[in-house]
Amino acid sequence: MTSQEMNQLSITACKVRMGIIESTHAAKCGHPGGSMSAAEMFTYLYFKELNVDPADPKWDDRDRFVLSKGHTAPGLYSALALRGFFPVEDLLTLRKVGSYLQGHPNMNTVPGVDMSTGSLGQGISAACGMALAAKVKGKSNRVYTLLGDGEIQEGQVWEACMFASHYKLDNLCVIIDNNGLQIDGNVAKVMSPYPIVDKLEAFGFHVEAIDGHDFLQIEAAMEKAKTVKGQPTAIVMKTVKGKDVSFMEDQAGWHGVAPNDAQYEQAMSELKAKLAELEGK
Amino acid sequence: MADVKKMATRDGYGKGLVALGKAHDDIVVLDADLAGSTKTGMFAKEFPDRHFNCGIAEADMMSVAAGLAASGFTPFASSFAMFASGRAYEQIRNSIGYPALNVKVGASHGGMSVGEDGASHQCCEDFALMRSIPGMVVICPADGVEAEAATIAAYEYEGPVYLRMGRLAVPVFHEEGFQFQIGKGEVMRQGDDIAIIANGLMVYEAIKAGETLAAEGINARIINMSTVKPLDEELVLKAAKECGKIITCEEHSVIGGLGEAVCSFLSENHPTPVRRIGVDDAFGFSGPAAQVLEAFGLCESNIVKVAKEFLGK
Repeated sequence: MTSQEMNQLSITACKVRMGIIESTHAAKCGHPGGSMSAAEMFTYLYFKELNVDPADPKWDDRDRFVLSKGHTAPGLYSALALRGFFPVEDLLTLRKVGSYLQGHPNMNTVPGVDMSTGSLGQGISAACGMALAAKVKGKSNRVYTLLGDGEIQEGQVWEACMFASHYKLDNLCVIIDNNGLQIDGNVAKVMSPYPIVDKLEAFGFHVEAIDGHDFLQIEAAMEKAKTVKGQPTAIVMKTVKGKDVSFMEDQAGWHGVAPNDAQYEQAMSELKAKLAELEGK
Repeated sequence: MADVKKMATRDGYGKGLVALGKAHDDIVVLDADLAGSTKTGMFAKEFPDRHFNCGIAEADMMSVAAGLAASGFTPFASSFAMFASGRAYEQIRNSIGYPALNVKVGASHGGMSVGEDGASHQCCEDFALMRSIPGMVVICPADGVEAEAATIAAYEYEGPVYLRMGRLAVPVFHEEGFQFQIGKGEVMRQGDDIAIIANGLMVYEAIKAGETLAAEGINARIINMSTVKPLDEELVLKAAKECGKIITCEEHSVIGGLGEAVCSFLSENHPTPVRRIGVDDAFGFSGPAAQVLEAFGLCESNIVKVAKEFLGK
């Protein structure tokens, strides 16, 4: 990746974060924290990795992305809108009556959403089904799914990991957003999922442990995943919840709370400053 | 009706899957370590590349099925009724029902007739659970031939379907080649003194009760209501208007099943006295199926008794 390319991705990630703040502020609710922590990943997926076509969102040979941690829909919607799946201004209708932007992703209303999710632990299984479907059909498309580190407390996640490994789903990439926080606090204190890497390896995954805010590390892990044969890949990415808004960073309280007007102003001014810096203004 | 051929509805399901596998490439079948019992093993034998054992992981299986459906396959996902509808209820609701994905849940070993396994496996709540999911079609065939036809009809229907089958071999009274229509009840015997609306293995019991009642001068209309949802309201309304009294019979709790569906519809459209024969808010117990069924009144003799009391005879 060239430095120019990385700068462009960083600019997009900043805009994804602005979309998250704009949409949750407009909705007066939603889940900014875990959306912000995965902003680089949403950006990398939709602007570099996924073979998708905004003009034909249901194209059969596309790569699939399942947001297993469905509550971070604001992050996904923001990336989808910026990628051209629907108008960016529609982000302001998030969670409102009559909007197609449901609180959690709905595959039948939101262009670009491949699976309805929201109930934790189910998305990864659906992603396994999609990866298996591609194998049975002999297609080369890949399937990606993003989970929270709290989400992996769900038993179904490990049922799915067994399945992915058993059926050698090397076209599946499972991404864990290890921001370390869930609603009730530190994941290690609520119900420790650690050691995450060791568990996934024991379940038969090739595992890449990376910094989830570093595009070079994301790229290296994604490229490596495509070379791994006979087993699924997991990318465990260390991230900061609420990343790039000072008062949201590493605060469990920002899991499922929207910024009020004053907080919105501050968050947007921080992100605008960051954007200006990235754009060299 | 002596010496009738017997066949479990789960065997009809297995036959239906094999027939579908031969005709359609988009069929895939999932099981949770019960392929021998649910009869998806029949499909596995013919089409090993399209049968996927998920291990004892029903929750994962249902969401995997959703992913397969989202990729254009028509998956049939099977387990015992208890674990399909109970353990994996929320996966069926959120991964399959909410997105309206084209998944067929083939649940075997429903009801009290599981027998010796006892209460942990005697699922009498599945109609209630599955009926409550918006858009879910709920079918409980009465014999093996109907089960095979219902399996094929479920494939032809676009959307989620719950098919409930039984473990026990039960008399076959449908002719080979029977065509199943989702949402259409079937009048097995004409009569207008009372209507008996049944499904599953209770249909044959109702047919026998109809004969016994006829011998005593009571002409009962016997209806096979295999589709619990959507209910054949037209047929229920006609029965209510022409017979005046209705008995429902099901191998299910009286809470939330066929009886309640009939009562809900009639109370708002044509209030009619109804007696519900089913499991009266209780868990089952171990024993030979016939004895357990009889203990819960899920048998011909009880239908006859309830009908006569209801008619004051």
